[in-house]
Amino acid sequence: MLKDLHANTKAQVVIGLLIGIGFGFFLQKGGVTSYDVIMGQLLLRDFTVVKLMLSAVIVGMIGFYLLKGREMVRIHCKNVTLGTVGIGGLIFGAGFAVLGWCPGTVAGAVGAGALDALFGGMVGMVVGAGVFARLYPRLVGGILGRGEYEILTVPEYLHVNAWVVVVPFVLVMIGILWGLEVLGL
Amino acid sequence: MVDYLMAAQWSPYLAGIGVGVMAVLSFLLANRPLGCSTAFAKTSGMVEMAVRGEAVKEHPYYRKFVPAVDGTWMVIPGIVIGAFIAATLSGSFTLSWVPPLWAETFGDDPLVRLGVALIGGFLLGFGSRWAGGCTSGHGISGSIQLSVNSMLAAAFFFIGGIAVAMVIYGVG
Repeated sequence: MLKDLHANTKAQVVIGLLIGIGFGFFLQKGGVTSYDVIMGQLLLRDFTVVKLMLSAVIVGMIGFYLLKGREMVRIHCKNVTLGTVGIGGLIFGAGFAVLGWCPGTVAGAVGAGALDALFGGMVGMVVGAGVFARLYPRLVGGILGRGEYEILTVPEYLHVNAWVVVVPFVLVMIGILWGLEVLGL
Repeated sequence: MVDYLMAAQWSPYLAGIGVGVMAVLSFLLANRPLGCSTAFAKTSGMVEMAVRGEAVKEHPYYRKFVPAVDGTWMVIPGIVIGAFIAATLSGSFTLSWVPPLWAETFGDDPLVRLGVALIGGFLLGFGSRWAGGCTSGHGISGSIQLSVNSMLAAAFFFIGGIAVAMVIYGVG
């Protein structure tokens, strides 16, 4: 049944839209469509972004591995590749701080009325993605493959049942959130 | 319930739970991680197609990320609509050019802010495609799967972001 749904391109357009609506709704209600909140996080003055992300990961990780146990979802992971995530991650981080939003929250900011997010952020992102696409053939055989290790997920790497990893990860994340509250951050 | 929908802001924990549920629904119903940056690459391809025609589809990158309106692409208009509904329900929808923190530090000239936002957007679009994902694709959806690559990406996003934010705002 799910396979048919995944292959139904028309249904997928509607599902993509609905998931986006829910995502945007929660991002705005959580406060992270605000430039000031994101910059507050990057300046380590306001921990709203970390709180929202860790709660999402805790709930998502438990939900994902429950469904994976029933074979209702599958892993979509790539090998560790430092040339890709290290360099790309730092360029992304610079953009994150200069713009004050990331690709999802910038769209949420547009929905909340930020015109600099629309005419600056979104337009810049399309141009940046387009320039990367143009350079891709020259990068793909080289720097993008540097530092590759055959490591996908933590449980696969450790050769253990997923829950042996999920449970401690969830506990550590809850501990971090608890610590932030204790410190009043 | 109605009061809650109209509240200006939710606890980040509650909003985070909602985001987590959306990420799981994406794996379940769409068989892919919930992410945002792929849609921008698809858009750049569609813009190029409008200018240069169908040949763009043969480009190696656009063969990987087909420039078309599909489920992945629809997430972005969805986010705009969802945030608009949330902001309107709480009466906080306001058109603005310059965020308050920015205005306080660098003044309220919209053109200066727009220029910087364009540069930031460019770096974000370029960097997210280089990294193969963004805060939602790697940071949330990848971490949910316990992907080591994604968790490293998220760490680099914040290392770069914190360092540059500190420089911009002259902290430290």
